[in-house]
Amino acid sequence: MNAVVPMPESRKAKPVAIKDDAMNLQKELINRNYRELAEARQAGRKVSATFVPGNLNELLMCFDFARSLPETNALQNGMRKKSGKFIMDAERDGHSEDVCTYVKADLGMMMGGEIGPTGDPMPRPDVLLLSYTGCFTFMKWFELIRHKYDIPTLMLHVPYQSQGKIDPNMRQYVVKQLKETIIPGLEKISGVKFDIDRLRQYMKESAKAEEDLVSVLQSAKKRPSPIDGYFGAVYYIGPIFTAFRGTPEATHYYSTLRAEIEQRIREGKGPVTPEGDMGEEKYRLIVEGPPNWTSFRDFWKMFYDEGAVVVSSTYSKVGGLYDFGFRHDPDNPLESLADYCLGCYTNLNLPSRIDMICKYIEEYEADGLLINSVKSCNSFSAGQLLILREVEKRTGKPAAFIETDLVDPRYFSAANVKNRLESYFQMVKQKRTTGIGANVKPVFPIAQV
Amino acid sequence: MTTATPVQRIVERCERLFEDLDFTAVKEWKAAVPGRKAIGYMPVYVPREIVHAAGFLPVGILGGGDNLEVIQGDAYYQSYICRIPRSTLELGLTGRLDCLDGMMFPSICDVIRNLSGMWQIMFPDKYVKYFDVPQNYVDNVGGNFYVHEMQALREDLGKMRGKPITDEELNASIRVYNDNRAAVSELYAYRAQKPWQAPTSEVYLLLRAGMVLPPEEHTKLIREYLAATDKEPRARRDNARVVMTGSFCEQPPLALIKSVEMSGCYVVDDDFMLVTRWLLKEVPADGNPLEELSKAFLHHSAATAAKYDATRAEKGVFLVKQVHTRGAEGVVFAAPSFCDPALLERPMLQDVLAKHKIPYTAFKYAENTGQMAPIREQAGTFADSIKLWSDVASAARPPEGAPTVARSAEVSQ
Ligand code: SF4
Ligand code: SF4
Repeated sequence: MNAVVPMPESRKAKPVAIKDDAMNLQKELINRNYRELAEARQAGRKVSATFVPGNLNELLMCFDFARSLPETNALQNGMRKKSGKFIMDAERDGHSEDVCTYVKADLGMMMGGEIGPTGDPMPRPDVLLLSYTGCFTFMKWFELIRHKYDIPTLMLHVPYQSQGKIDPNMRQYVVKQLKETIIPGLEKISGVKFDIDRLRQYMKESAKAEEDLVSVLQSAKKRPSPIDGYFGAVYYIGPIFTAFRGTPEATHYYSTLRAEIEQRIREGKGPVTPEGDMGEEKYRLIVEGPPNWTSFRDFWKMFYDEGAVVVSSTYSKVGGLYDFGFRHDPDNPLESLADYCLGCYTNLNLPSRIDMICKYIEEYEADGLLINSVKSCNSFSAGQLLILREVEKRTGKPAAFIETDLVDPRYFSAANVKNRLESYFQMVKQKRTTGIGANVKPVFPIAQV
Repeated sequence: MTTATPVQRIVERCERLFEDLDFTAVKEWKAAVPGRKAIGYMPVYVPREIVHAAGFLPVGILGGGDNLEVIQGDAYYQSYICRIPRSTLELGLTGRLDCLDGMMFPSICDVIRNLSGMWQIMFPDKYVKYFDVPQNYVDNVGGNFYVHEMQALREDLGKMRGKPITDEELNASIRVYNDNRAAVSELYAYRAQKPWQAPTSEVYLLLRAGMVLPPEEHTKLIREYLAATDKEPRARRDNARVVMTGSFCEQPPLALIKSVEMSGCYVVDDDFMLVTRWLLKEVPADGNPLEELSKAFLHHSAATAAKYDATRAEKGVFLVKQVHTRGAEGVVFAAPSFCDPALLERPMLQDVLAKHKIPYTAFKYAENTGQMAPIREQAGTFADSIKLWSDVASAARPPEGAPTVARSAEVSQ
């Protein structure tokens, strides 16, 4: 699951030049990848498909693959309102209404002539690199594509961090698979010999971009936050979580973005929204769970209209958890790739996820937690109600729960979501004034309220 | 006063064990010798041999069924998540699992994975183990990883009992489970041969008894049942022979199994409680035990949606083999609602069946499904169609409008 979404145009305020740079760069990168995919066949390039969490972009580049990410295609189609039809087509073709809608949106797109979200043709991949990180559905998803199109699949099984740590057995297992299955498999399919120095070079580039990304995401600790760490962050994470990590273009994008955000901090500005600069920052939230893509703009608007900014989110860590220190390490390339795969957000156990959220609430001085539970994703969703209780218990901050889906428009009820959000903001306000909750000093004596 | 036949007595005993949500049998087993411990595990597969080798009782926890009122568990799960984690939590929160000293969560799906973490938080005094299994089937890759996983479990349990588990103990337990698997396999072979003599509702209960009884006792019970039921005169019906699949985790209510049978189907193979026959061959009991268990897992184990098929050609082979070796005429896909693994796997399996001209039908259930009429009707129609279109080839591709093979129909419960 994850994001490469073109940044929406600002409709109201004129963006400053430097902001334009980052926005345009990001858009250009995303479109370029779709163009590259569309032209891969003519250019004699092989095409790979792989998942976002724990993706091995640097490794795939070593074999000159054009790189497609089916989750990204699904979400792009979601944003363009195409996913509803695809999902129904897949259901008519025998897929259950109960399963992850990313899978059905992807299969439906294939049934509809394999035209990608931008209208460009999507080539059939030469290899499905099944990095089995953070989600069981991945395994079935690629088995389904393989079953239909007979495309070779390479499985990289990434064990689950059930004890909240990576033990050496887990790392060795992933490294061994890289050495004995994945790299030889990619060599065979691509016809390109593996060059570890090339991999190191890409990883060096990755680490630079990662440093800048972390700085951008952590800028939300400022007041006002210059970014939205959820709705805005899905744009920021686009290049690095997908086909660009390891490229100089990505490094350039992140340094430009960082400069732009630093400028906003100097100017004391809040985040950019699709309607221009956000107004007064009234609420600072942490969000857990993926966004809804089919009504993304409406969803976001419900926040910025109320002055709510998301200062940090777990979703923006789905393709890599850099803010706790991980960087791709060119000196230990394969071990580092293994740690990267093992460390994705949804590969963490529930206690680690709760710790992380509590830490965010504290470090970003957030007012509370909002969980967007998506019907599609058991990996995220099963257990979220316990996360909610635990976080409330540990931080004393209010938490709320809404339910939508990723790309199935049937599961976004704008009125319901809005109602829930409004009462949540009320609750936050009340809690602030009454001062109920740990670590919160009462502003007014409770009796007077 | 009626006197029960030996078969009835065995089945009644199993029924009592099945209905006892307080796990009295486990409590009694523990009470018999001070210091005894019991470790629970959720469905599909864990190497019970290791638990047994520690002298502990492995206890299969298969949700709450249709007799448990789920109140607290529902507060932890959204409506679009299957029922087994919530009813299992209910069992835990109501103290019914207090007799367990630990709980193992096999690697099946994201729900179970997250449930292991929930358990860590909600039952901090208990041993919790998420048991990962390899999806890479090369001995020195996935095999090594798996041996390490088993070794970690072995060490944990050794610590729990205060004495390391020896190879001899492990080999002795492997023998015990080899024997248990042999008995289960006799039971399955017998049912396939004479399904009227060993109805699936009874076979199911016998397997359920194996979730709470020590394996030695369970093995004996199965063999007693086989000897007893063979003597019982029972009516043979003109039923369609089917394989039931997709029910490897959350269990169908017993009434559903009975309904399928009553609608005119003999279930001649299934994937209930796969842990009892996950390993398909006898495991050598005189070598390095963990390595032998690993090899058995990698190279001779049952196929479910929880396992990766390394090539497209492998998909459905296990199911088709079940159909052919058991002489089945069709397949009933019965999956729990919201079960990603079973439901995502299904279209691929259906496709393989269609290519082999094996008819199938599909529906969903929940462990507390009460309304059996739609399922009975669908299974009945399916059984009729098999009998009508007795030529299997034509049944797979019935003429337009024939009420036979439900290609992708789902009766949602
Ligand atoms: S279940 Fe979740 S993580 Fe897995 S593919 Fe679907 S949306 Fe992505
Ligand atoms: S019933 Fe299916 S989805 Fe639910 S826990 Fe079991 S395998 Fe997972």
